[in-house]
Amino acid sequence: MSAREEIMAAVRANQPAGDFPLPETVVFPMDERGNRTEFFLHNLGVMGGSELYVVDGLESAVQSAFPDAAVIASAVPELQGNRDLSTVAEQADLHDVDVAVVRAVLAVGETGSVLLADSDIVVNSLVYLAQHLVVLVDPDDIVPGLQDAYLSPEFQQHAYLAFHSGPSATADIEGVLIHGAQGVRTLQVALIPRS
Amino acid sequence: MSLNHHLRHAEAASPEAIPDQQPREPQPRGAKVHGNHPVDHDEAAARFIAAPHHEHMHDSRLWDLRQQRDAQMHGIEEWEELREHASRVKSHTLANLGDYLEQFTAAAQANGVHVHWARDAAEHNQIVHSIMSDHGARSLIKSKSMLTEECGFREYMAGVGIEVIETDLGERIQQLDDEPPSHIVVPATHKLRTDVAQVFARTLGTDPNNSEVHYLAEQQREKTRPLILQADVGMTGANFAIAENGAIAVCTNEGNADLSANVPPLHIASIGIEKIIPRVADLGVFIRLLSRSALGSPITQYTSHFRGPRPGAEMHFVMVDNGRSERLGDETFWSSLKCIRCSACMNTCPVFRRSGGLSYGATYSGPIGLILDPTMNRRKYSKLPYASTLNGSCTNVCPVKINIHEQIFEWRKVMASEHQPAVAERAMMKAAGVVLSNPRAYRAAVAGADRALRVLPQFAVDIPLNPWATPGRETPQAPRETFHEWYRRTDGGRIDTELPASGEDGSGTEEDQG
Ligand code: SF4
Repeated sequence: MSAREEIMAAVRANQPAGDFPLPETVVFPMDERGNRTEFFLHNLGVMGGSELYVVDGLESAVQSAFPDAAVIASAVPELQGNRDLSTVAEQADLHDVDVAVVRAVLAVGETGSVLLADSDIVVNSLVYLAQHLVVLVDPDDIVPGLQDAYLSPEFQQHAYLAFHSGPSATADIEGVLIHGAQGVRTLQVALIPRS
Repeated sequence: MSLNHHLRHAEAASPEAIPDQQPREPQPRGAKVHGNHPVDHDEAAARFIAAPHHEHMHDSRLWDLRQQRDAQMHGIEEWEELREHASRVKSHTLANLGDYLEQFTAAAQANGVHVHWARDAAEHNQIVHSIMSDHGARSLIKSKSMLTEECGFREYMAGVGIEVIETDLGERIQQLDDEPPSHIVVPATHKLRTDVAQVFARTLGTDPNNSEVHYLAEQQREKTRPLILQADVGMTGANFAIAENGAIAVCTNEGNADLSANVPPLHIASIGIEKIIPRVADLGVFIRLLSRSALGSPITQYTSHFRGPRPGAEMHFVMVDNGRSERLGDETFWSSLKCIRCSACMNTCPVFRRSGGLSYGATYSGPIGLILDPTMNRRKYSKLPYASTLNGSCTNVCPVKINIHEQIFEWRKVMASEHQPAVAERAMMKAAGVVLSNPRAYRAAVAGADRALRVLPQFAVDIPLNPWATPGRETPQAPRETFHEWYRRTDGGRIDTELPASGEDGSGTEEDQG
């Protein structure tokens, strides 16, 4: 017998007998304290992210937030940037990106998370190798809770989808919190409706 | 990079540094493991307790995680319903695991993923090795995975000349120090920053006198990144495998799992066959519970869903049994397969907090380890079920409602029936002795024992396998709050708070009843 057949046979022989019905998924309501966008931004802050205020257009907001950025890679039409993502040959080629700008599929109020999809970020490694990440969120794309987010059809459509909740972080040494563990050092969200 | 003491996410906890000690307190090492010989947990625990700075940092760090977990729990009205749902989904899936494994495999293959099956650890290691050989791959980066620890994967690969680089900070520290992880979520939590400075100085060439945490973390980031960029293969574990769409979900904080999976052209995921859940929608419940239970943060920084390879890349899933299918048939212990490896039971356990994870001498430590390890090697881990006060706190915090302390007690019965009763008795008196001989440990054990009287079934209190139930000793009336609990709750009387009126509610510091 192959390993697969042997394991499957053992599993089927040993499965506990008895009545173990699959419970219905109950989506619990989320108390958004009256304002979904504020609720999202608050929880984004709890996770170590922040809002990028856009007054004079995205370009100037990014420039004033990152005046020293040499390489800006944009996956959104709202910003030009100076690295063409459509011609990237290897994932590792993006190791020198200072600022990456992408758009979220949706965002989650409960946890301040943004959901990033492979088709929108163009090169998966972009949102990890960059030093800083700017994520555009349409306020209409914010859902109340994680349970609501997981009802989205996106999960059946993409090869790769990731919730980012603030920047990469670690507290592996004595519980001291560090932002910029192996991934981005900061994550900022700009509230910009889809055009 | 920034530091904010007020944030409550990732694994953050006790931010106050324990001042560096002169002379430096050497790090206590783990249990001495001699082949199949029973691991002596209390011998190693005694050495850990004899290192007061380590013991104190470890204890307060994990207790802080436990308290943050409580704060999260109190913020969610439906917490108990979520636990109940998670528990029932897991029981259902395990009772129908054959069908769900078939569904998961078919969906994954339809997504273009190569699926492999490993009966045991050796087969897992060989499969990964052969995938690498087929591609002429020489270097592998990986994120933290308890399954690969269980498989002795790093040692195996070292033997065949393939370099494995751990990319998680804590796991990398442990790799460089040639120690296994001491905790399933925070692998180097038993080490002081000065210990890390020594390890990095020796292995990475950093300044041995600089134990500033930012410096140490930044050094590791800078030294690891080139290895990530050059690696041939990236490896991850999986927190959940979703039958409905053939995807896996991976929950991490550092970004290293996503780098490992996304940068090299080949992604291999090692998946225990018990990781299956039926539907994407179930993730909504499990993800809400996992990091809140583990670290007291609402979610991990990254929750990633891998459903198929990106264009031009390859994705392989290795489905690992390694004793799981056998455990599934064990009437008493099968429900331990529901475990989602959150570590809440470890963080709350007074014995774990004061003895450190390495004193168990096993891949899995703490309460969950006590019930998993003996299924892998009954003789070697025969003494572990005694490393518990049976206080029931583990059961109360478990997000999938495993009756952990009852299973620990069941293992004592198994051990007692298979071994000389005198040996069992000696082991349990010694385990109790180690905890009780230390004043702070004693206080926690007393607190635990008091509450245990309210949650334990009477048989567990009465029968002679319980060290507090020796003949002639009456089971004492449990006071609602000990002096020390009162002191901690009120900061020595400075904070005027009422103890909750309900008799079910336990003390002000451990609100986990029910
Ligand atoms: S047994 Fe429960 S509490 Fe312990 S690690 Fe597993 S899921 Fe978490």
